[in-house]
Order: sequence, then C-alpha cells, then structure tokens
Amino acid sequence: MAVPTPKPSSTHPQLGQIVILGLPSFLKRQDKEFTSKFQFLSPSESNLPLDQFLAAEAQNTQAAVCSGGFKISADVLRHLPSLRLIVTTSTGFNQIDLSECRKRGISVANAGNIYSADVADLAVGMIIDVMRKISAGNRFVKSGLCPKQGNFPLGSKLGGKQIGIVGLGSIGVQVAKRLEAFGCKISYYSRKKKPFSLYTFHSDIHELASVSDILVICCALTEKTRHMINREVLLALGKEGLIVNVARGAVIDEKELVRCLVRQEIAGAGLDVFEHEPHVPRELFGLDNVVLSPHSAALTEGVFRNTNEIVTGNLEAFFSNRPLLSPVLDDE
Amino acid sequence: MDASIGVLMACPMSLYLEQELDKRFKLYRFWAQPSRQEFLKIHAESIRAVVGNATAGADAELIDALPKLEIVSSFSVGLDKIDLNKCKEKGIRVTNTPDVLTEDVADLAIGLMLAVLRRICECDKYVRKGLWKMGDFKLTTKFSGKRVGIIGLGRIGLAVAKRAEAFDCPISYYSRSEKPNTNYKYHSSVIDLASNCDILVVACALTPETRHIVNREVINALGPKGVLINIGRGPHVDEPELVSALVEGRLGGAGLDVFEKEPEVPEQLFSLDNVVLLPHVGSGTLETRNAMADLVIGNLEAHFLNKPLLTPVV
Repeated sequence: MAVPTPKPSSTHPQLGQIVILGLPSFLKRQDKEFTSKFQFLSPSESNLPLDQFLAAEAQNTQAAVCSGGFKISADVLRHLPSLRLIVTTSTGFNQIDLSECRKRGISVANAGNIYSADVADLAVGMIIDVMRKISAGNRFVKSGLCPKQGNFPLGSKLGGKQIGIVGLGSIGVQVAKRLEAFGCKISYYSRKKKPFSLYTFHSDIHELASVSDILVICCALTEKTRHMINREVLLALGKEGLIVNVARGAVIDEKELVRCLVRQEIAGAGLDVFEHEPHVPRELFGLDNVVLSPHSAALTEGVFRNTNEIVTGNLEAFFSNRPLLSPVLDDE
Repeated sequence: MDASIGVLMACPMSLYLEQELDKRFKLYRFWAQPSRQEFLKIHAESIRAVVGNATAGADAELIDALPKLEIVSSFSVGLDKIDLNKCKEKGIRVTNTPDVLTEDVADLAIGLMLAVLRRICECDKYVRKGLWKMGDFKLTTKFSGKRVGIIGLGRIGLAVAKRAEAFDCPISYYSRSEKPNTNYKYHSSVIDLASNCDILVVACALTPETRHIVNREVINALGPKGVLINIGRGPHVDEPELVSALVEGRLGGAGLDVFEKEPEVPEQLFSLDNVVLLPHVGSGTLETRNAMADLVIGNLEAHFLNKPLLTPVV
C-alpha cells in the first residue's frame, strides 16, 4: 500500500499532527522529545468522551499512535475520516481492526522486533524456572523450611528436550537460538514453512504438540490462532509436557489450560499473558509447577527509549513520504 | 559383586543409589547409626569403600578410622569434602561424577541470572498476591548483552559461557592460567574480572586457595549494578560480606544455589527482591542424579573387579 502525501496541519504547518489513542507508557518518559517533533492530540487529557473529542479535534488528523491495549474498532476509525496511518507501540496488532483499515486505506506499523530479545529471554527464563523449580525453590528457602524439611523435589533436565515453537517469527527465532545452546532440539509450526530455516517444520499444530516436550507460543493473535491451543493440542502435548506463552493469552483456550494443569494432564506452564488481563485464574495460584508473569516480557529498562525511537521513526517516514520502518504487512 | 564388601554412605543423597548399592554390597548408612563411635568400633574393619557427596565425604578423621578403606566414590564433581592428600598418602582411590552434571549446573546458572535480572520469582509472587490489578510490575533489567564473567573455565564454566553467548553476552573469565583454546577475554585477577563484568559466576573447584575468592573487594568491584551467581560452593564467597553488601545495596543482586553452612541460609536475604535462593539443586534432576548414581556404582564395580576406574581423580 503506497503512503499518500500527508497534508500539513493547520496550526503547526511544519509539525505533523497525531492523535494519541490509549495511554502509551513511553510518552510519559519521552514526551518532551516527542512534542518537539510532532503536534499531538491527547483525548485522554480531555473531559470529553472519545467520540466527541475526535469529532471536534481530529477530523483532519492523518496519523494515530496507539498503545497495545487500546482497541481500534471500526467505530473508532469512523471518527477519524482523514486517518492514513496507525502506529502501535506493541508488536502485537490484534487490537486493531485490520480489515477495516484495509478498506479505508490506512497503513499500520508496529514496534517491529525491538522487544524480541527481551521476550525471548523471559520465555527461556520461565522454561528453566518450571523445569528446575526456581520460583518454587526460592519460595521454599525463603520460607525458612530448608533445614527442617530437607529434601526438595528433583526437577527435570532441559538438555536434549524437544522444543515446539508456535510461530517462527522474530521472537520464535530468538527463542530457538537460545535453547539450542542448552542442547535442545527445535521444531516449529507456522502458517508456511520458512525456506531459510533448518528447524523441523510441522504443518499441523497437533503434530507439533505430540512430538514436543515444551511448547512455546510466539505467534500473533489472529482469527485463525484464537484458541488454537485447545484441549486436543494440550492432551497431545501430554502429561510430561510444558507450555510457555509469551504471545497473547487468547491463543490458548485458558479454561482448558487451567483444567489440564489442575488435573495434571500437562506437567506445567509459564505464562506471561492471559485472556482477560490483569485477571489471572485463581486455580493457578496454588500450583507449584506454574510460573506467572504480569505481561512484562518486553518491560526492561530502556524500553521506552526504544519504543520512542521506532514510533518516531515510523511517523517521520510517513510525514516525509518514505517507507515505514516496521509496516504490518498484508499477507492474509 | 561380593555382598560382604562394606560400603559406608556418608549421608542421604539418592534412594536409587542406596537401592543399587544394597543389591551389590553390604551398605551401611552412616546417618542412621545411633552412635557413630560404636558403629565404627564394630564395623570399621569391614568397610572398604565410602560414598560421599557435597555435604559429607571422607575427612582425615574418617579415613583414619577405616583401616581397610580402598576407595572413596563421590556423588558429586566437587572434592572439597575429601582429604585428597591423605588418600594419596594411603593409596586410597578417589572418583567423582564429572560431565554428567555439567549441563544441569550450567542451565541453573543461566536460570538464576534470568530469575534475578528479570525478577521472575518476584513477578510470580506479584501476580499470585493479586497485585497486578493495582498496576504493572516495575521495569526489570535486560539480560541479553550483559557482560558475563566466569571464575573457573572448566567443564561447567565453559558450558555457562556457551549458553550465555546465545544471549549475545560478552564472556570473560578468571582462571589460574589462561586457557589456550578460547576466544573469551582472560583476566589475571578476580578483581579485574569483577570490575569488567555485569554478572559474576563462580564455577571453579573449592580448594584452600579458592576459599573466599569472592571477598569484600571483589563484591565492591562488581558493584551496585552487578550480580553474583554462585553455583560452586558456599565457602567460595565470604557470606557475611555478601549479606551486608546486598542489604546495604553495594551489590545489585545475587542468585545463590550454595551457602557456607548448608542447610542454613542467612535470613537477612529472605526479604530481598533482588536475591534468588535455591536449596543446592545444581545437579538436581532425576535424569542427572540417576546418571551420577550409575557412575558411582560403575566406579565401585570397576575397582572391586580390578578394572580401570571410570572417572578417577586420585
């Protein structure tokens, strides 16, 4: 999709006008830099409800920056008739109605792969934690139980285990690279086989689960991947299998996951994301073989600087008619 | 195997190992004896082997009390609980369990690094306490790309390096002498190493020379943003110094699998969110403990059948 020539805004002809949707955290830290480059509208700072604000202020606005948690529905888009670009601060874009954007000729850019290393690090950290009982062991020692209770249960060896990566994108590749160094074997499931990958491809998710010891969810949330990890897939993973999710909660049927964990139909899980964040199923709190994380895989120090850089880069490209840095490509 | 050969197991370590020793030898469980003195008076003459581990092995006193001792087979790779000089003097063979536990220990080292820097245990606690509803957890520290400094570039040290490299961590090390076949940066002193890394890992053997190799100076050199990971032995680190550095914020964090007086762990560390503590589980997987047990049995069998030992140290 070609990027159309943006019209300069009426009040600041030399600065592009942007509307901020949701509350992107990076702006709190970087707002001075941002204000010097762009003129932005902040509906969250107004008393008006969103639709009224947009109707009053944003009829000519061509670009929007949104946070990962803000739902850009067809209704929101209807209130932004001049919109040509949405830049989301997240890697995921499941919160954006892409088909409506396509219809309206709106380009979408995401955060590209700036978070991939950190997300991969957390995925591996959670795998080792569940296998070797690190959080459980830490709880055990810090409760003062060590001298009295003596033996702590044995963990499970990571080396030689079969990893099944669901979605071999930027994050999946980083997870694979790390786990290879631990002597793990890598297979993956993806919409299409990756021509330059030496890892074993499985065209069926059940097949991947049945050959894997550890399933790592790294794919985008789309219509096709919603609840892709269902009861059948979990049972195929089996009693000795682990699942780690650093993608989106809804890729897994959460009710079934909880049931399988409680009934010990799978051996454990590491979860950074959930279907209805920040709500986490209480049944998981009593399980020692589960490691829980508050959707923080990307949140390391310096993250806001990086987010600012890619968001600014995409906006500057748009306003000067150059290709976007990290466009979400239309390949459905 | 001759079921009259007496084997003394120093402390509980593996039920599987006990079972296998029971099948082949006359196994004595030292910890189950009401009086050790009485026990030795009666049985010392029939004990030809001792099986020890990281907790208890064969010190000079025990070796002297066992006149028929021929072999000490350790259920560990560390030999710090065995008086090696005394064994050499008396012609007593010593074996350990190298290689089979290398990967698990290295895996745990990386696991501890990630747990400390990314606050994995704290985040888990945060969610379980229902705090996520109030707001996000604070930003944690990126692991990828951090400089990892390894004390001791033996089997375990090299395995830690290989794993850390996959996270783009630059590797440097301290060793008694520079290793010829590596590209890692060598430092001739631990203080130099500590001054030039973000994460310091103890991976060397415990000997009289390496006791307290991580002392106040090294801890200060590592600094308020530095993290110490100990997967070696507790006495490698001056524990009171470590505790005060952590409590005072002079050290950025620690991941500890071992302590000076196990199973005692300094209580002042319990409330620190930048510290992860484990109950000495470096080799603690079913697969590895069984492999270690097989190696102990294999060494004992080889010895009593006059065959070459599998993994001799002395």
